[in-house]
Amino acid sequence: MNIDSIQNGIVLDHIRAGSAMEIYHTLRLDDLDCTVAIIKNVKSRKMGKKDIIKIDEAINLDLEVLGFLDPNITVNVIRHGALAEKRALQLPKRLQGVVRCKNPRCITTEEPNCEHSFYLANPEAVKQGEEPVYRCSYCESAYRAS
Amino acid sequence: MAQARTLRHLIDSRDLSVREIASLLRTADAILAHPKEYAAACAGQKIATLFYEPSTRTRLSFEAAMLELGGAVLGFSSQDSSSAAKGESVADTIRIVSGYADAIVLRHPKEGAPVVAAKYAAVPVINAGDGGHNHPTQTLTDLMTIHRELGGLEGLTVGLCGDLKFGRTVHSLVSAMTRYPGTRFVLIAPQELQAPEYVLDMIRQAPAECSFTLRRSMEEVMPSLDVLYMTRVQKERFFNEADYVRLRDSFVLDPRKLRGAKTGMIVMHPLPRVNEIDPKVDESPYARYFEQANYGKYIRMALLLALLKGEGGAL
Repeated sequence: MNIDSIQNGIVLDHIRAGSAMEIYHTLRLDDLDCTVAIIKNVKSRKMGKKDIIKIDEAINLDLEVLGFLDPNITVNVIRHGALAEKRALQLPKRLQGVVRCKNPRCITTEEPNCEHSFYLANPEAVKQGEEPVYRCSYCESAYRAS
Repeated sequence: MAQARTLRHLIDSRDLSVREIASLLRTADAILAHPKEYAAACAGQKIATLFYEPSTRTRLSFEAAMLELGGAVLGFSSQDSSSAAKGESVADTIRIVSGYADAIVLRHPKEGAPVVAAKYAAVPVINAGDGGHNHPTQTLTDLMTIHRELGGLEGLTVGLCGDLKFGRTVHSLVSAMTRYPGTRFVLIAPQELQAPEYVLDMIRQAPAECSFTLRRSMEEVMPSLDVLYMTRVQKERFFNEADYVRLRDSFVLDPRKLRGAKTGMIVMHPLPRVNEIDPKVDESPYARYFEQANYGKYIRMALLLALLKGEGGAL
């Protein structure tokens, strides 16, 4: 399968296989007018299988949101058809209006104009290599991706 | 309403430091000793009790607390008798009530509602229970009971019995007691209702040195306990009725199970109880759950004084 290489834009590599669509929607890439290619289940030596997203425009990506979704993603910035920069992802301390709290008893499920908000609950443990845990700023439920 | 001090809310019991809790306890002790001296302490002030779901002890104890401080009370006791029934948001209700009262006491079935309230309030907000999440004034009541009945909060063996998985009062009390050195928690529950891992983590990572043991019956640990905190084992928490019937009696306290208890041990319960404490225990020297409910009024008086007047200088 051939997908054209891009001249100026961004390639999100090493996306966990099967999660490219979630990233596409959360980053609101569907709002873009440029070409966006989602490549699923690409063979990978490191991961077995991975997803890739190619964006044919040099947009400003929210790296914190991307770090929250999957901190292992590689962000490659392409200029004039060549790799110009690799950007490191960081875990955000706080996430505003990105994902919704899934606790049905949370006030955010019924209060209008209540922006969903999460905070990183275990920053010290993350430094020791543990998985990050994000909690809702209202009800403190841990965020689950699925 | 003039706000001489920085606006302060009580949303979670962790909002209060150990020092601030000690200050509230001292104020509550002083009120208990000399109630007349406080009879006009909040004269001319009002609290609004906004109860979106029913409550007996919490609402009445807040209202009694404010009345005994010489203040006035307004509010509603169910969602149906408020504009919430017409679909008004918490944010709008709070903005409006901020103009009518000097503090807002809020109970809401949705978790995190007091966080929304605090965002929009121009007066202090006190969380009087938000779903299964937080109930900080119940925790203050529990701490006051232990402080009054046992003379301190450090180095105690605290047995927690019943539904330790879903019981918010238990989680909140564990969180509060982990800040007092030497607390030994004895978690007595059927496997299905044992404390969740995050509660055990709170003890493992406690700021003060604390420990815990997991048990399935109360008789074996009774002689070691300073406090036995009972909670209700609810039928709906079990997958099948057979398990419920098999286990429920193990977690019902009766005079026979109290035989090994040491002198001075106290039995507590957040109330309402259903059948988890045999009424015969009420007459035993260990029962303190009715005193506990009564202490709730005094610690709420201390809290209102602190939030409205800066009494004790702590909050």
